[in-house]
Order: sequence, then C-alpha cells, then structure tokens
Amino acid sequence: MAKPLKKEPRQVETTGHAWDGIEEYNNPLPRWWVWVFYATIVWGIGYTIAYPAWPLIKEATPGLLGASTRADVAEEIARVDAANAAIKEGLIAADLNAIGADPELAAYAERAGAAVFRTNCAQCHGSGAAGVVGKGYPNLLDDDWLWGGTMEDIHLTITHGIRNTTDPDARYSEMPKFGVDGILDATQISQVVEHVLAISGQEHDAALAAEGATVFAENCAACHMEDGSGDRAQGAPRLNDAIWLYGGTREAITQTVTYSRFGVMPNWNTRLSEDEIRAAAFYVHGRGGGE
Amino acid sequence: MQPRIVNGVADRNRQDEGTQTMWDYLKLAGLGLVAVLAAIAANYARDLAYQVNALTVMLAAGIAFLWVLRTAGDPKPDLSHEYMDGVVRAGAIATTFWGVVGFLVGVVIAFQLAFPQLNFDWLQGYGNFGRLRPLHTSAVIFAFGGNALIMSSFYIVQRTCATRLWGGNLGWFVFWGWQLIIVLAASGYVLGGTQSKEYAEPVWYVDWLITVVWVAFLATFMGTLFKRKEPHIYVANWFLLSFIVTIAMLHVVNNMAIPVSIFGSTSVQVTSGVQDAMIQWWYGHNAVGFFLTAGFLGMMYYFVPKQAERPVYSYKLSIIHFWALIFLYIWAGPHHLHYTALPDWASTLGMVFSVILWMPSWGGMINGLMTLSGAWDKLRTDPIIRMMVVSIGFYGMSTFEGPMMSIKAVNSLSHYTDWTIGHVHSGALGWNGMITFGALYFLVPRLWNRERLYSLSLVSWHFWLATIGIVLYASSMWVTGIMEGLMWREVDANGFLVNAFADTVAAKFPMYVVRALGGVLYLTGGLIMAWNLWMTVKAQPAKSPVNANNAVPAE
Repeated sequence: MAKPLKKEPRQVETTGHAWDGIEEYNNPLPRWWVWVFYATIVWGIGYTIAYPAWPLIKEATPGLLGASTRADVAEEIARVDAANAAIKEGLIAADLNAIGADPELAAYAERAGAAVFRTNCAQCHGSGAAGVVGKGYPNLLDDDWLWGGTMEDIHLTITHGIRNTTDPDARYSEMPKFGVDGILDATQISQVVEHVLAISGQEHDAALAAEGATVFAENCAACHMEDGSGDRAQGAPRLNDAIWLYGGTREAITQTVTYSRFGVMPNWNTRLSEDEIRAAAFYVHGRGGGE
Repeated sequence: MQPRIVNGVADRNRQDEGTQTMWDYLKLAGLGLVAVLAAIAANYARDLAYQVNALTVMLAAGIAFLWVLRTAGDPKPDLSHEYMDGVVRAGAIATTFWGVVGFLVGVVIAFQLAFPQLNFDWLQGYGNFGRLRPLHTSAVIFAFGGNALIMSSFYIVQRTCATRLWGGNLGWFVFWGWQLIIVLAASGYVLGGTQSKEYAEPVWYVDWLITVVWVAFLATFMGTLFKRKEPHIYVANWFLLSFIVTIAMLHVVNNMAIPVSIFGSTSVQVTSGVQDAMIQWWYGHNAVGFFLTAGFLGMMYYFVPKQAERPVYSYKLSIIHFWALIFLYIWAGPHHLHYTALPDWASTLGMVFSVILWMPSWGGMINGLMTLSGAWDKLRTDPIIRMMVVSIGFYGMSTFEGPMMSIKAVNSLSHYTDWTIGHVHSGALGWNGMITFGALYFLVPRLWNRERLYSLSLVSWHFWLATIGIVLYASSMWVTGIMEGLMWREVDANGFLVNAFADTVAAKFPMYVVRALGGVLYLTGGLIMAWNLWMTVKAQPAKSPVNANNAVPAE
C-alpha cells in the first residue's frame, strides 16, 4: 500500500522561480493586514486635516481644530500663574519673618521654595540640601552659617549671590593665597595649620601649634577672629568646630592656607522672581538651621 | 589557423599582464602618496585625535603598500567562475569580533550608569561614560551591524544572482576600508574627536572616507546585480539595495560640515538650530529605518527561507510592504523632536507617517513568520530557527512600540526617558542581534566548508542567555522609563514640580543594575557564539568536496 502523501498546508502556487533554491509562494495579502493598513491611512488623512500638517509656500495648513502646542503651553502657564497670582503678591508684600506665621502663605512658600530649590540649587547643595562635604558646597541643614542664617541673610545671599562678577551687590571677601603669594613660608604654614588643628580639637603637634598661634594672630585673626570663631560679616568660616567647607584634615587645611579658596554662588535676582527668591529663602530657612 | 589562435591568446595574456603591472604601479604610487600625506598631516596635527588618526592611516597605507609590493607579479588564477567567499569569511570574523567588543563596552557603560564611581578619575577624558557611549553605539551599529550587512550583502547577492562579486578586489577594498573607518572613529571618540551628532559622531575626514567606501560598496553591489544570471532580482536584494542607496544619501546630507582646519578634527555644521536638529533626526531615524531595518530585512529574506528550507510566504506581500516601507520611513524622523522648537506641522507629519508605518513594518514580520508555517516542528529541533523566530518576534514588537511611542501623547511621557533606551535595545538586541547570530550560524559552516556547527547545544545556550538578557534589559527599562516620566511630570497643588532630577536618578538605581545584568547575559551569549564558531572552523571535519556549499554555482 502506498504511503499517504504528505500534503502541503497551502495549495497556492509559487511564482515559478527559484533563487539559490529559494522559492516564493503567491499567497494573497492577509486581509486583516490590508484593512489595518487602510485604517491607519484613513486615520492619518483625518489627523492631518484636523491638525497643522502640510507645509505650503508661506506657512503650513493650520488644521481644523486650531491646535498649537505653543498655545497649549502658554495657556497652561497662564492658568497656573492666575491661580497663584494673589498668593504671590501676598508673599512679596509680607515681612520676611512673618511668612511662617501665616499658614496659607507658609504652605505655599514651602512648596514653591522646594520646587525652586530642586530646580536651581540642588546641583550644588544636593537635592536634600546637605551640600557636598569637603567640596566647598555648604550644608544648609545645620546651624553653621558662613554669611548668616536669618531670613534676611539668606534672602540677601540668594538675591545677590557670593563672589560672582555679575552682581555688584554680591557678598564678597577674598582670603589671601598665603603660600603662593609668599606671605608665609612653608614652616609658618605648617605651624599655623597645627594651630588650626588644635583649636578645632584635632590631633596635632603641640610645639608647632604653639608657634602657629602667633602666626595665626598676626595673619588670620583679623577675619577668623582671635579664637577662630569666624566672622559672618566677611563670610570668614568658623575654624574652632568640626564643620569644614573644604575639609579639616592637615592636607586640606594646608591646601587652603597655601592656595586659598574662592567659592562662588550666582546671583539669582536675574533668573528668579522676588516671590521665588522669598520662597527659596523660606524653604532653606526651614531646613533646620534657620535663625 | 590553429597556431594563430594560440598566438592570439598568448598576446592577450601578455597584454593582461601589462595592464596588471601598470595597475600595480598605480596602486603603489597611490598608497605611497597616502602614506606620505598622512605623515605630513600627523606632523602638523592640531589635536591628538587627528594626530592618532593620521598615524593610523599612515600605518594602514604602509601595510597595504608592502602587501601590494610583495604580491606584484604573482600569477592571478582565473576565479571568475567561483564565488568570492574570502571577503565574506573575513566579514564573519569581523562581525563576531566587533559584536563582542560592542557588547562589552555596552556592559561597561551600563555599570557606569548604575555605579558612577566606575567613571574612575584616571579614566577621565578617555574612558568616562561620555567618551564610551558613542564608542558603544558605533561599535554595535556600524562595526557589528555594518559588517553583518556587508558580509550578508556580498554573500546573498552572489548566491541569488548566481554570479561572482563584481569589481575584482573592490569587495576587499570595501571590507578593509570599513575596518579602517571603525578604527579611526573609535580611537577618535576616545581621544575627543567627535562631531557631537548622535550616531554620526565620526569627524569630517572620516565622513569623507565613509563616503568613498560606501560608493565602492554600492558599485560592487550594483555591478553584481547587473551581471546576474537570474532573470529577476530576488526580494532580499531590493532591501539591500534600498539600504545602501538611502544610507549614502542620509550620510552625505547629515554630515555637511566645513572643517576649521585641514589639520584638525573640528568642523562646523552647515546648518544650525532646529534645521540641524531636523536633519540630524531625519538621518537618525532612517539610520534605524534603512540600516537596521531594510538591510536586516534583506538578511531575513535570505537566511530564514534557507534555514527553514521553505518558500517565502507571499511574493505579493513582499512587494507591497517593501515599497510602503521605504516610502513611509523617510518621513518619520520628526517624531524624535515632538514638543521642541520644531514646528507643529512637521511634528504631525512625523507622527502620522510613523503610525501608518506600522503595517508595512509588520509585512516583513508576517512574511518571515509565515515562511515557517509547515516547518514549525523545526522550532524544537533547530536552535538557529528558534533564534530567527525570536528575532522576527522582537522586530514585530519594536515596530509596534515605535509607532505607539511616536504618538504625541505617549511621547510626552516617554521622551527623554529610559523607555526609549529599552525600545532601541529590544530592537537592536532582539531583532538585529538575533538575526545576525542566526546568519553567522548559517554561514560559518558553509563558508569554511564544514559538515556542521561544533555544537548545537551551545547555540541553545546562546539563545537562552540572549533572550533572557533582552527580557531583563527591556522590562527594566520600561519600568524605569515610565517611572521617571511620571516623576518628571508630577506637580503639586500649586503647579510646582515635586521631584528633583537627582531624585529620579536615585529611584532608577535597582533597575540600572538589572539592565546591566541583562547586558552581561547577552555578552556571555556572544562569547559562547564566538567560541562555537571558532571551534567549528578549527575542529570540525571538512565536508566532502562533492557538492560543496550545496548552492547554485556561479556561472
């Protein structure tokens, strides 16, 4: 008995040609494929009639719906602005220290300040406002302030910035490059560094530190004060605690004395509105260290 | 009569030898000139990338000079009745090598994203993420993908035209030219030589070289088509030709730039602003459309029916989806620039054509998958078929995902997020990678005339490692992409943003680790393939010479 022939699943013909043994069936286009293809084309034609689409000589067809993404954005911004207009005016009018007393104003300033901070300040001060230890970006959560931690101080710092060249009212001070400019020699620097280590309560060489006290009094005390408690009027950091902007190791302090430091903060008055600056000040003030 | 004819043949042979010698002298003079000019360029170089590139060109020209000198006058056997498979063999080696390199760099930068500490201080300016990222994309797209395409084009066009590759050694020029381009581009990126255009980073003089090599590629391919012995042109060749022609156009237009100095790598783009952005994404999207889609569809149309030993499902479908695909793809670029300075009308057109592109793209998937109907049992027995099926599946998935992501409302969430990265990789790892692996497993035993692959179970291992790797990669990027898109747009009652950018970065960390592990699996699969192919060539017995290649002979 003959074996049953293994039937091909399809009965269609091939196109009758083979390339390197490859043939092609002459199957029709799948119907669902054709209809979905047509449907997308019809939808596409409809969409290009409804929305801006076809470029003409001077401008493109605007579309029947008059849609415009730019107009959409402008409208959304206007809507939010209108909703917040009254409270923004209230924020600008309020006394800086009275913002916290008004619950509605405080809640708004907190949210607005957080948004301003995340967008503009977090790059240096960190998204949690903890700064970057040892890199010169101050921690804003603690109560150790370089230029003062009252609402007025913070507001001024944000408005005009620090040591920038774009705002004449920026806070300014400059520590001399004691090593590079030859004000102190290597021995004196190592002595004064030991003194700073001593007043900040770290392990140090007592003999050198004793010598360093004189060097400190003659060169550093004018700004950092006799006891190293610093001076906020000049942004001179407090040296007799454990908080360091550029690091408190022997190497880091030697680096600071030799080459100095010059941390810059931009003035935000050209980029932020007064209500945004006030909100940011309120937010920073409320992080834990505000005075 | 008889002696005169013999004399005639002898005369012609002597004449041929004369031409050959002349041609060798010309080549030597040309290569010598290139080497000298490159040495001068290296001497006056204004930047390190340019200097290293010039020295590389000098070295390459020098080696080629010596090779021509040493082989000048060697008898040239008449090979016109044999296929030119040497260049395809070289292509298979290059594809495997660059594939592994590209995957490795990808794994490195995936870990750099998860653990930024891996951007070591001592690597700054050479091996940090910013320098390695274009190295990865160019290595996988142009080195791995490009070699796969050149190799397959040369193999397929010869077999389906039943004729030897046109142009003598032009095919070899294309192969070595492409390797030189890869080396110049890669060493340039690491040393800072870049145009800063995504997927078109090579600097101006490398762009010129690409143009020359690409025109040679086009000439080789077209020449072979012209002298074909078959009455019709097979569908794979339509796709391959459209890929070669369109890439030439895209490359030239997108890289219009004026060098700042002929001794430096810096150049200035001719267009700027939104025009430049539009041209860039017209190029960028059609690099996907023609390099990674049309070209690889050409591979699919040959290797899938060959491996399945089944006829292609529908000739009609192949015609319709081919023309629809190449007509529609070229419009889709603006969907990369939704909600930017690009005018609304261009954005609309980009979106509409992307959506209409859905079915033409799926035409290729249907033709590929349905070719296997009646041979579904092979899925169980043949891991190479399995690889090809998964490849076509990922092709179908990404060509649905792409049109969906081009819809403005979806794009407003997905744009700039890792979703895009996941989309690209399900296409690249799934579709391009898997079909290339399938093609290599098909080609290597035939090219080296081996009975069979060294190990089919290693192919299975490769298949599962790669598939699981892609699934980990794509799903982690979906999760993190949608998450960061939602976090970016989250606003509070007063309309203020809730999350800082750094918050989204921190939230993505676990998914970044998963993604990197997916990459490790994929790389491991690639290494297993390299080993398997090596052992096939080295340790498998040669096939009996009778009916070698079991293919149509070159007539």
